[in-house]
Amino acid sequence: MAINLDAALGVHANTLDFRVERSRVLSGNLANAETPGYKARDLDFAQLMDRLDPAAGVTRDYQMAYRNPHQPSADGNTVELGQEQARYSQNAMDFETSLTFLNMNIQGLQKAIEGR
Amino acid sequence: MSFNEIYQIAGSAMNTQSQRLNTVASNLANAEAAASSEETAYRALKPVFQTVYQQTKDGAVSANVQVAGIVQSEAPLEKRYEPDHPMADETGYVVYSNVNSVQEMADMMAATRAFETSADMIARANSMQQSLLKLGAL
Repeated sequence: MAINLDAALGVHANTLDFRVERSRVLSGNLANAETPGYKARDLDFAQLMDRLDPAAGVTRDYQMAYRNPHQPSADGNTVELGQEQARYSQNAMDFETSLTFLNMNIQGLQKAIEGR
Repeated sequence: MSFNEIYQIAGSAMNTQSQRLNTVASNLANAEAAASSEETAYRALKPVFQTVYQQTKDGAVSANVQVAGIVQSEAPLEKRYEPDHPMADETGYVVYSNVNSVQEMADMMAATRAFETSADMIARANSMQQSLLKLGAL
């Protein structure tokens, strides 16, 4: 019986990659929190989950979108610092979660290999 | 994975914020600088930030930041009537800089906070990368 490693690890490898990419986009927002005219951007997780095929391995098909600010500022910047910081740390936490799931998968495989 | 880009973005942000702190330091140091004419008077320096979009290896775009230039403030200069001052012109006026100390202090705090945000960003990316390195370890 052949084990397809991509299928065995499920969606978690892809979500892990997504979390790093999103963290890059959010850090761009944080860096440009005071740049006039900068439009905050984000990646859509729901959209990734909709079209994800776990058997296909890591697909890097992420949808970028501009954020709708609650209160636009006069200089055209749409970064809301507090919210971006919250998103950044939540994203980092979600990364750790995906990592934990991935670790559990690997441990399961290891148990199966060793026959314990 | 684009950990490298996160470090680059945070680095660019720290760079711009320290340049901004630099201008704040110059402005505060010259807040009370006197001059004999409007042309030679000190005018507050203001950095202008700009986004630099950089394409990563796999086609994504990351948003770095840089200082596009430093402009001099257009705020009116302060003229004081001090005939005994060595810098006084023939009408007895001395021209002082247009630095607003309160505004500069607020700017300094904002720059410091932004710098700390970037430092946190690096620390967070660091811990993410570190736990990724331990993937599969029991």
